[in-house]
Amino acid sequence: MTFKYNNVYINETSTVVGPYEKKGPLNNYFDKSYDDLYFGTKTWEQAEMKLIEESVNILLKKLKKNRFDIDLHISGDLLNQIVASNYAAARLGIPFLGVYSACASSVEGLILGANMIEADQIKNCICSASSHNNAAEKQFRNPVEYGGPKPKTATFTTTGGASAYLSSNKKGIKIESSTIGTVQDLGITDAFHMGAIMAPAAGDTIYQHLNDLKREIDYYDLILTGDLGVYGKKILVDYMQTEYGIELKNYDDTATIIYDLDEQPVYAGGSGCACAPLVTYGYIFRKMHKNEYRRILLVATGALLSTTMVNQKLSIPSIAHAISLEVIE
Amino acid sequence: MEKNRYKDLVNKHTPKENRLYNIMVAFITGGLMGLLGEFLIQVYSYFLNIPSKEASTFMIITLVLFGTLFTSLGFFDKWVNFAKSGLIIPITGFAHAMMSASLEYRKEGLVTGIGTNMFKLAGSVIIFGTVSAYLVGLIRLILFGG
Repeated sequence: MTFKYNNVYINETSTVVGPYEKKGPLNNYFDKSYDDLYFGTKTWEQAEMKLIEESVNILLKKLKKNRFDIDLHISGDLLNQIVASNYAAARLGIPFLGVYSACASSVEGLILGANMIEADQIKNCICSASSHNNAAEKQFRNPVEYGGPKPKTATFTTTGGASAYLSSNKKGIKIESSTIGTVQDLGITDAFHMGAIMAPAAGDTIYQHLNDLKREIDYYDLILTGDLGVYGKKILVDYMQTEYGIELKNYDDTATIIYDLDEQPVYAGGSGCACAPLVTYGYIFRKMHKNEYRRILLVATGALLSTTMVNQKLSIPSIAHAISLEVIE
Repeated sequence: MEKNRYKDLVNKHTPKENRLYNIMVAFITGGLMGLLGEFLIQVYSYFLNIPSKEASTFMIITLVLFGTLFTSLGFFDKWVNFAKSGLIIPITGFAHAMMSASLEYRKEGLVTGIGTNMFKLAGSVIIFGTVSAYLVGLIRLILFGG
């Protein structure tokens, strides 16, 4: 399902990150960073809640607006019952929609907000997404202090919160079109190989997007998936070629951009709801403003992992949503 | 794409884990742990003048103490990451599993947090350890009469 927009723009964005991202190569592009993982709270779940709250507050400050000026807040995260988003929303007091499609939540939020603005139902909205390394480890894997050896294909959940302000004001980056993906399941059961789980979803969504809009792949200066990791990236390139005969040339993945893969202990790269928007809002938008990229297709991919279903021996489904972003002419 | 074909495609791009290296590291670190344990037994039985059976209990207590201490201090997980099964299989791994789970849930209350989750990882070790000890004992009883 693909939508076209005439009048939706990302006017402003904000990003808050933790210590690992601060030590990474994109540090200069974030609005705020912390040196520890608690951010003055008592638990990791509450720390993640603070990431969303703070990213929204920074955004409001940049816009010189207060919460009463915002029509809608859409937010998603990885925790059960999306608690980080829900509790942040309780403090923010903006009409709220919670979304979940794992690490594709950020783009799901952008699509929902863009559609409502295009339909004139709302004037503006804020779309947020967050993830927290330790909170995710605790929920999906082993206790953090247990560590536990991981294979090379494992990814490292980013700690961060990112928010974007959308409106019909012609300023910032234009949201040109979007595609809602379908859930894919090609039988992968290895929860430490998220790239392999999500690559078919990314492939299908990219193919559908190009097909719906009758575009060639080189229409875009950059296809940016978030977040397949080092090996998932190779899998997607191969998958696009064999399944659809499409050669991915101008292609990159946010998981491999946010960290220094040689220096930091992040295995195959970053992951988590925050990874794609953190890279896009700071780093990629800066490049777009410099006209290094004019049109990009951001494809956020989510592994719909549930430890319960994995223990019941079912394979892990995945989803990808795409959004086309353009420099304003 | 069919699942089998996709599996082949994935395998083509998935790096091989260095099994031989991991096995060697686990073998050597596990062996060193055994050596340390034996050393402690000798030391305890010599200096405290107790039989080696009692000394081995003292040894276990010592290793568990340091396993939990190092976990709490936050660096044992890095050792485990390096040594893998070399530190997970010995009693230190058991202590580490209990302690890390307790730390993880300490903010969720004594009963609902620590009490409920302490055995999250170690529970299966106890269950299957007890069951297999029982079975081996039974086999021994049948074959050798005790």
